[in-house]
Amino acid sequence: MANQNMTVKEGKKLMEEQSPMNPSFVKKRQIIHIFKDNIIAFLLVILVLFVGFTRDNFFTWANFANIVSNVTPRFIIALGVSGCLIIRGTDLSAGRAVGLAGVIACTLLQRNDYADKFFGGDFVAPETWWYVLGIALFVVFLSMCFGLADGIIISQLKVPPFLATLGMQTVIYGIACIYSDAKPIGGLRQDYTAIATSQMFKIGTFSFKWLFLFALIGGLVFWFLYNMTRYGKYMYAIGGNENAAEVSGVNVKKSIIKIYALAGCMYGLAGFILAAKSAGASVNLGQGYELEAIAACTIGGVSTGGGVGKVSGILLGVLVFELLKSSMQFLGINPYVQQVVQGIVIIVAVAFDVRKYLKRT
Amino acid sequence: MSEYLLQMKDIYKSFNHIYVLKGVSLNIRPGTVHALMGENGAGKSTLMKCLFGIYTRDSGEIIYNDEHIEIKNAKDALNKGIAMVHQELQPIPERDIAENIFCGRYQLKNIGPLKIIDHKTMHEEANKYLKEVGLDFDSSTKLGELSVSQMQSVEIAKAVSADAKLIILDEPTSSLTENEVELLFNIINKLKKKGVAFIYISHKMEEILKISDEVTIMRDGTYVGTWKSTELTTDLIIKHMVGRELTNRFPKRENKPGEVIFKVEHYTSPNKRSFQDVSFELRKGEILGIGGLVGAQRTELMEGIFGIRDKVSGTMKFEGAELVVKRPRDAIVKGLALLTEDRRATGIFGVLSVADNVGIASLDKYLDYGFILNHKKLKIVVDENIKKMNIKTPNSDTPIQYLSGGNQQKVIIGRWLANAPDVLILDEPTRGIDVGAKYDIYCIIADLAKQGKSIIMISSEMPELLGMSDRVMVMCEGRLTGILDGKEATQEKVMELATKFM
Repeated sequence: MANQNMTVKEGKKLMEEQSPMNPSFVKKRQIIHIFKDNIIAFLLVILVLFVGFTRDNFFTWANFANIVSNVTPRFIIALGVSGCLIIRGTDLSAGRAVGLAGVIACTLLQRNDYADKFFGGDFVAPETWWYVLGIALFVVFLSMCFGLADGIIISQLKVPPFLATLGMQTVIYGIACIYSDAKPIGGLRQDYTAIATSQMFKIGTFSFKWLFLFALIGGLVFWFLYNMTRYGKYMYAIGGNENAAEVSGVNVKKSIIKIYALAGCMYGLAGFILAAKSAGASVNLGQGYELEAIAACTIGGVSTGGGVGKVSGILLGVLVFELLKSSMQFLGINPYVQQVVQGIVIIVAVAFDVRKYLKRT
Repeated sequence: MSEYLLQMKDIYKSFNHIYVLKGVSLNIRPGTVHALMGENGAGKSTLMKCLFGIYTRDSGEIIYNDEHIEIKNAKDALNKGIAMVHQELQPIPERDIAENIFCGRYQLKNIGPLKIIDHKTMHEEANKYLKEVGLDFDSSTKLGELSVSQMQSVEIAKAVSADAKLIILDEPTSSLTENEVELLFNIINKLKKKGVAFIYISHKMEEILKISDEVTIMRDGTYVGTWKSTELTTDLIIKHMVGRELTNRFPKRENKPGEVIFKVEHYTSPNKRSFQDVSFELRKGEILGIGGLVGAQRTELMEGIFGIRDKVSGTMKFEGAELVVKRPRDAIVKGLALLTEDRRATGIFGVLSVADNVGIASLDKYLDYGFILNHKKLKIVVDENIKKMNIKTPNSDTPIQYLSGGNQQKVIIGRWLANAPDVLILDEPTRGIDVGAKYDIYCIIADLAKQGKSIIMISSEMPELLGMSDRVMVMCEGRLTGILDGKEATQEKVMELATKFM
């Protein structure tokens, strides 16, 4: 209990100085807040700098391109999850949805001359780019259906998002196992894997891959949605105060369903490109990615208290998390220990999410 | 030994750097009833929460039994002999009376190394205290079976069982009938003789003058003074509470009610205890006040009209055509607006900016190409509102949670005005707002009526109801008990209708 012995006069003075009407105080407070809110990001930057200056090859364009390739699918997943988080929900089915989309895409996009084809030798796919595009749209659509189901279960049946999506996670995993018989699928067509590996242009030693376009376009689309459309405003309103949103004429149920469905689309897209990137898929593709995505969002300032979160922050969060993983690899830390560290970072990120406390005062 | 049991000195408290308590003092003598008065938002509850450690005060001291104390939580308070009976009781309805009384400090007995709950002693003790507060129930009765006033007595029994020396009663009579109030006063007087002191928070002047020994009055978070209740009259109390004479509390109204624009017929809730068969009409440019006691189901009726609650029967007519409302959106599209009673729960989006809070209900109006939000168009509307209603905010990007209650309320009124509604339903529009902002809001209401908007205003503050309404509709236990002309309505007439079925 500070200032217990403050006189009335001092109290009044403090009152004026700390008034939200006083712009210089507001500014000062904002600067403090930026640091406080991003404490994890700052700590990780320090780690990255440490690794960069003590290990070779970390600060290289090749490593950077590698990190960006890893960031791309994760950013796309995080974009999907961010909507759910902003409305104070969550989506634990993200990782498995990625896996299912990847497995299905792989079974349909194997080389026609591959010996161990999933659908057998009689299945001959057209060797055109529009077929690949068609498969992409198909897995995105399929994944959207699961998101749609999540949204309906959460909004209509009032199942808490945590349980609804946890259940869906298991359902999707089961479906993926049944579909693929839990076998890894390989032998992908070259025009499919090229999506993830081929280079668009090169600046110096930094090779800009076509893959990065997905992150770029995804980010732009979501920025537009979140800032320039009713979809975004309604989403922030529902996260800020669901009851008030309903009273203000927002169709809360419809909005929730849309948000989960869009999230599903993003998982489908991420699964499609992730499988291309790994040149194959098994049912374990994407396992645990939902937690990484939630952590990245939280590190990037998406509040678990709802109503707060920016696309730029999400990108930063994913980047920071990926840099953490890369740093640990460069430091040669035991992979199992890396798991422990990642888990701790996720918990600490949510614990340090200051915004969730703000609402209470 | 000082003459006071409890002294609170110069208490300051701020939220987000807005001060809600500015040097408040409170001195309670043992064995007395001390009334704490002030308008809604004067800071009474905040002061009590500072006492109980629910809020941490910025500065000031608390002396209890000649000792500086810091109470950590309700349990700690009870250990020190301070108990609070809340306005909204916090019972555990599914458990029995004894468990409710001893919740958190169960009587225990040892079985070997284990400590288990001693139900026998607990029930014996509970029955003893029930008798003391004049309750004729067995302690094994489920609490949920009791009436509100009986639950309140159980709460007092709980305080007595903890040997409380100071009991705080927050609006204890707000949902009691006259007989029940008498019973409560009997209990208070009985405990007073045993040396228990009470802090009695209430708005009801007659009660205060009857039961209390001393009165402390607060206004806008400041301490006005303490008087012996024998020195006070109702008028004097109001004068101290409001800080000026009662004249000119309301702006002059120049609205002229026209033809009937909105009609509600036989509105009935599926819940038997909620609104039943309510019919009324609203004229263009009219301010229709709705009076009644807490629990008269006025809010529920308005939420039913607005599509937040279900109804089983009843129709609405708006501008001659049938109006079907299944969800708030339907009502909004047709030109209705509802300022809800609980600003925090169903009004503001705390983390969002003032601009977003204004724009949320009218986003359709600021679209380019039918889907791209034009932030400039929105900002024009927002800035207009800020200026017109004198909203005090650093700018339109400030999160609304940093604004004071009165300014938040104006922002939400602005939200609805952006939609240019024809019928505005205002549910307790000045609850928890300081006096200055109140007058601003009255002016806004009067001005809207003058422009030909029709207004329905629920109010539990009698002066506001009588001072602002063209007609006053009164409800009691979910039913409409009468509609009075504003000029003829008096406090007595409204109260008579408001208690018709009690």
